[in-house]
Amino acid sequence: MKFVDEFRSRDYSKLLVETLQNSSRDKINIMEVCGTHTMAIFRYGIRDVLPANVTLISGPGCPVCVTPQSYIDTALDLSSREDVIIATFGDMMKVPGRKSSLLKKKAEGSDIRLVYSPMDCLTLAADNPAKKIVFLAVGFETTAPMTAVTAMEARKNGLSNLFFFTAHKIVPPVMEALVTDKELNLDGFLLPGNVSAIIGTEPYEFLSKDFNIPGVVTGFEPVDILQGLNTLINLISKKDCSIANDYKRIVRTTGNSEAKEYMNKAFNVVDSNWRGIGKVPKSGLEFNRDFEEFDALKHFKISYEEYDGSSGCRCGEILKGKMNPTQCSLFKQICTPENPIGSCMVSSEGTCAAYFRYYK
Amino acid sequence: MQLILDITNNPGNGGVKLSTITLSHGSGGTQTNQLINDVFFKYFGNDILIQMNDAAHLAIDFKKLAFTTDSFVVNPLFFKGGNIGKLAVCGTVNDLAVSGAKPLYLTCAFIIEEGFSMADLETIVKTMAEEAENSGVKIVAGDTKVVEKGKVDGVYVNTSGIGVIYEDVNINCANAKPGDVIIVNGTIGDHGMTILCERNNFGFEGDLSSDCASLNTLVDCMFEVYNGIHVIRDATRGGIAAVLNEISVSSNVSIVLEENLLPIKEEVKGAAEMLGFDPLYIANEGKLCAFVPEAQAEQVLSAMRTHPLGTNAAIIGRVTEEMGKRVYMKTVVGGKRLVDMPSGILLPRIC
Repeated sequence: MKFVDEFRSRDYSKLLVETLQNSSRDKINIMEVCGTHTMAIFRYGIRDVLPANVTLISGPGCPVCVTPQSYIDTALDLSSREDVIIATFGDMMKVPGRKSSLLKKKAEGSDIRLVYSPMDCLTLAADNPAKKIVFLAVGFETTAPMTAVTAMEARKNGLSNLFFFTAHKIVPPVMEALVTDKELNLDGFLLPGNVSAIIGTEPYEFLSKDFNIPGVVTGFEPVDILQGLNTLINLISKKDCSIANDYKRIVRTTGNSEAKEYMNKAFNVVDSNWRGIGKVPKSGLEFNRDFEEFDALKHFKISYEEYDGSSGCRCGEILKGKMNPTQCSLFKQICTPENPIGSCMVSSEGTCAAYFRYYK
Repeated sequence: MQLILDITNNPGNGGVKLSTITLSHGSGGTQTNQLINDVFFKYFGNDILIQMNDAAHLAIDFKKLAFTTDSFVVNPLFFKGGNIGKLAVCGTVNDLAVSGAKPLYLTCAFIIEEGFSMADLETIVKTMAEEAENSGVKIVAGDTKVVEKGKVDGVYVNTSGIGVIYEDVNINCANAKPGDVIIVNGTIGDHGMTILCERNNFGFEGDLSSDCASLNTLVDCMFEVYNGIHVIRDATRGGIAAVLNEISVSSNVSIVLEENLLPIKEEVKGAAEMLGFDPLYIANEGKLCAFVPEAQAEQVLSAMRTHPLGTNAAIIGRVTEEMGKRVYMKTVVGGKRLVDMPSGILLPRIC
């Protein structure tokens, strides 16, 4: 099980920090797109060791944060049904809907189960044949293949009581919205290694070709992040707008073809609403006709109007990197992990959660 | 109410011995007495308990008593490294020990679900007796209630304990002083990670086992070399992070941990990483943090390392006056970050 220590090496980190400190003096704005990177950057105090000319801006890569409130409210309605067991990742439990949350619904008697993988739903469905299991399928390319595989397994096992309420999103399309935003003035992207493990590095090439912006794919350990930042700052100062891969131990240029095939088999790419950002063309995944029997909305014949929700919450600006949480008047005053106003405060990848938990 | 009895043998004293707990075991009649005699007295039997008074009569010489209580609802009831019974004895013994007291007497109360296996109950009680013996305490009073199936999950156990506070020690949460060194007696996060992995059948291989243990003899061994230790706390629910935050508030001091000094087992580190947990926040059931003036730190640390429960004892940080009276961590990359009080659902029913 020894696989993290070498990427948390103090000596190697020190070397990388020294290199960073001796790098370019130009003012550089880097966006870490992914919430897992945001969390790791705070957890390892990486902002403390960056040269003053480098600014890290946290991006929208937190699937729970970008899920509109209307999705949560619809999930809460589903959880009130006697015949339904909701299965969800723990992150969704405290996300505030208009009137309630899954955590409150569970306390009031709704049957809501925490799972670590959608595959856990197969057992849940087999063990509860009289109930309908609804998995809250939220996440990026990192979790979408597992949703597809679980649906395929359910079909193979003849389970007809497992459904998915999907809100899967894909990362590259939303980045186009960010690079074209003049206010942000980004010089480069730190790209999430877990997403690229599935999609590879190719889908980011448009950043380089169409927008002259470099990016580096990297992992989530301190050495990965410091190494990625070094590469990125180097590219920026050389005016080289390549997409580099610093996570070669996991990521191949073309990604994981098997996982991509599962996604292609089960999903259509559709336009999707991102909370705080709005409708982003071709940025969502929805079950295709062959898999629509698993679509919870179709099964329960539900349609709902989408809305962002949470009045006063500045998550939109925070997700786009235009504000940091300490500039929001609700942060720590009214909005806390116990009383979240927006999902960014409760998701384990949320920027507000990172600032609340780790910011000195 | 009609009960289906599963009769396995007849002990010949007019009753029938059942292989499962029934509501009649909690009714105060023959079956209750049988349960008390066949299970509880069999293992816990001591001069005070067998008097069968409504209350235990205790003769104690003391200036100051420590008195504590704790309830145990862990799921699963049996786990690698212990079971709910061991946890119930160690938990209360540890609360007394880290208060600077010599633990003397425990009471225990069981709330049992109808249909619970008699053999499992006996295993739990036997473990409790062994752990009580091991830590030098007597179980002197008890109570048993049986509730209908589905009203509790198997068995819940409460223990309360009394100990005599050593006259020459003064352990208090508010005593941490700038310059104190923080020592833990070994690897952190073992218990919580074991419970989580067993509950979800993650199937991680390796030496993942609860650290559940009575710490009173370790604490005695620390006092032997230096009785001026400022604070000792056992780091149970909420892990090291919760305990240090409480001490930081009570003592109005800042605490700075060194990430590279934290003793964490590879198995715990790996599993925590995969599941998105921070070992600092994961429960322990046999770990304490001690705040010791720097001048005595090496002496206390060496003494701890001679005890089986302290072989991996390590200094993990210091108390300072700097910054905002919070808990911080110097990270492996040389940055610093806040170690906040845990909030929300970490992991229910770990103890």
